[in-house]
Parts: sequence; C-alpha cells; structure tokens
Amino acid sequence: MTKIVVVTSGKGGVGKTTTAASFATGLAARGHKTAVVDFDVGLRNLDLIMGVERRVVFDFVNVIHGEATLKQALIKDKQFENLSILAASQTRDKDALTAAGVERVLDELVAEFEYVVCDSPAGIERGAHLAMYFADEALVVTNPEVSSVRDSDRVLGLLASKTRRAERGDGKVREHLVLTRYNPARVAKGEMLSVDDVKEILAIPLLGVIPESQAVLTCSNAGVPVIREENADAGLAYQDLVARFLGEERPHRFLDQKKGLFSKLFGG
Amino acid sequence: MALNIDWLKLFRGERKTSAQLAKDRLMVAVAIQRAELAGKSQVPPYLQKMREEIVSVVRKYVQVPDEAVQFSLQRERGLEVLELNITLPEHAA
Repeated sequence: MTKIVVVTSGKGGVGKTTTAASFATGLAARGHKTAVVDFDVGLRNLDLIMGVERRVVFDFVNVIHGEATLKQALIKDKQFENLSILAASQTRDKDALTAAGVERVLDELVAEFEYVVCDSPAGIERGAHLAMYFADEALVVTNPEVSSVRDSDRVLGLLASKTRRAERGDGKVREHLVLTRYNPARVAKGEMLSVDDVKEILAIPLLGVIPESQAVLTCSNAGVPVIREENADAGLAYQDLVARFLGEERPHRFLDQKKGLFSKLFGG
Repeated sequence: MALNIDWLKLFRGERKTSAQLAKDRLMVAVAIQRAELAGKSQVPPYLQKMREEIVSVVRKYVQVPDEAVQFSLQRERGLEVLELNITLPEHAA
C-alpha cells in the first residue's frame, strides 16, 4: 500500500527541502521505490538539493497540462535507481497546479511507487494546500524558534481539517515532528527551546532531531542529500529518522552537547 | 495543555532563561491561535490555570473560599474583557 508523505512547515527556510531530499533518499537506500515531488511552483529547489538540476527537461506542470508523460518528466537518481525526482515548474502562473491535475499525477505515482514524498512550499497558499491535501502522513519540519513553532501549529490545524482524509473522515493524517537546526549547547545554556518544550507545545510524536550542522550547507553546495554524508551528525540523524519512520526503534543520538576533550578527560 | 510558568522563581526574582521566555510566549500564542481557529467564542485553555494561579496568590494573604472568586471573559465587538471579582471575608485585615 503506497504512502503519500508531505514534508511541510508553514514557515520558510526551516529545512523542508533538505528533509524531503534526505528522507526520500533514505527510503530508497533502504530498498523502497520512492518518488519525491517538488510542489514549489515558481521557486523550484529540490532539483538543486538532489543534484539533478541539469537533467530537468519536463516538470510537474508539463505533466499536468499533458505536455509530457510522467515517465518523461521523472528524473532517475544516479545513486539509487529506485529513486525518482519530479521537478517543479518555474512558471509564474500561481494557478498552474490544479487539484484535479495533482490528483491525477499522484494517482499515477501511487501506482508505481511505494512512497511518494511531497515537498511543500512555504506558506499556506495553493501549493502548500495541494502538497498536503492527498497526504497519508506528514513530516512537520520545525526549528526550535518561536515563529517556526507557531507556524507548525497552524499547519497541524490545516492537516486536521483541510486534507482529503479529514474531509472524507478517513482517519487523521499521521503527523511526525522533525526538529531541525537543533543546537544542544544552546539548549543547555537555556538559550534555545528544547526538544521537550517543542514536543509539549505541538503535542505530536517526535520522529527525529537533526542537529545544526555545517554539513547541510556543504552538501547542498555539492547537490548531495545530507543523509549520504556518513561523517556528519546531521546525515546520521536523518538515517535514524528514516529507520524510525519504517518502524525501527532507534535512540535519539544527538540531543546532548558533544563533550570536549577537557570534559572527556576529567569526566565533566 | 498546561501553562508551565515557574511562579516560585518569578516571585524570588530569578530571571527566566531566554528559552523559558520563548516557551511561555508560545504557549499563549498557540492557545489563542487554536481557540480562534476552533470557533471564536471558546474560552482559551489557559484561563482555568490562570484562575487557579491568581487565587493561590490571593490566598497567600487572605483566605477566601472558592465561591468568593468570580472569573469571566467577555467579548464585545472584538474587545476582550477579563473580569475578576474576589469577595473578601468581613474579618479580613
């Protein structure tokens, strides 16, 4: 049974595309046939983060308008052959995505893939609405910062009311909290909301905490999803997140600050 | 949802951490947002807790029974009025 998973947040710049790219790559790496779809029409970026920007010929809107088949528009990942990317269009036409068009493309994807990951644009307008509308599960990407947490709460309200599942009374969209750009040292100093604070406010299950990491930028520079960076905490945290999503029990490894040499030596 | 404010710390004059301040503000902002979306006229979820905390502060100085405390929230033309009436016992200092 195929699952449609939306990666959403409300607020921009919190790590939706980074998360969608790594999540989809992680599912594929574990043997699941996965498609990841960029819903950010006009501001496409998933192709850059996945490193396929030079291979985009047709996009999501071309498929909706019947200018290309889905098969023509899907870009196969070079590392994982069971991973495909559908790029967003760069059109400025806000209404390029239609509910019927999105549904038709998703139906086609569902017939072929095990997981369809929808990378939502920021905001709560049409693109964000359509990215979440058909979802079975949602990764709610949040930074430990007031505006991001409030926006995530707003998005949770929409997931509970403005989705196909909600409208049909098909049960809830299953929600998962993904806390990104987490800095345990600042949390310890009382300068940053802790993972428990955010969990308490949003009251949804925690799927993963991604520590703030320089690797996220260097990986995006290179067009490599950070989950493939095994030497970085952020990469390992995404691997854990994917494993948990698939039902494995994994402890959260990066919630405490790294001990320096001094405290290691002297047991601080 | 609980409004976790450490009142003891506040009374002792200890400064809240920046993260605690963020959490306190968010608790209220999110509660109001949920209430607004849920259908306007609802009582915000923090109100009951706030009532209990105010009464506990009053009781540090004057013993008042529960029924002596009246608490109401009214909305008129977009204006919210919080009304708190505490009837003090006659022998109170």
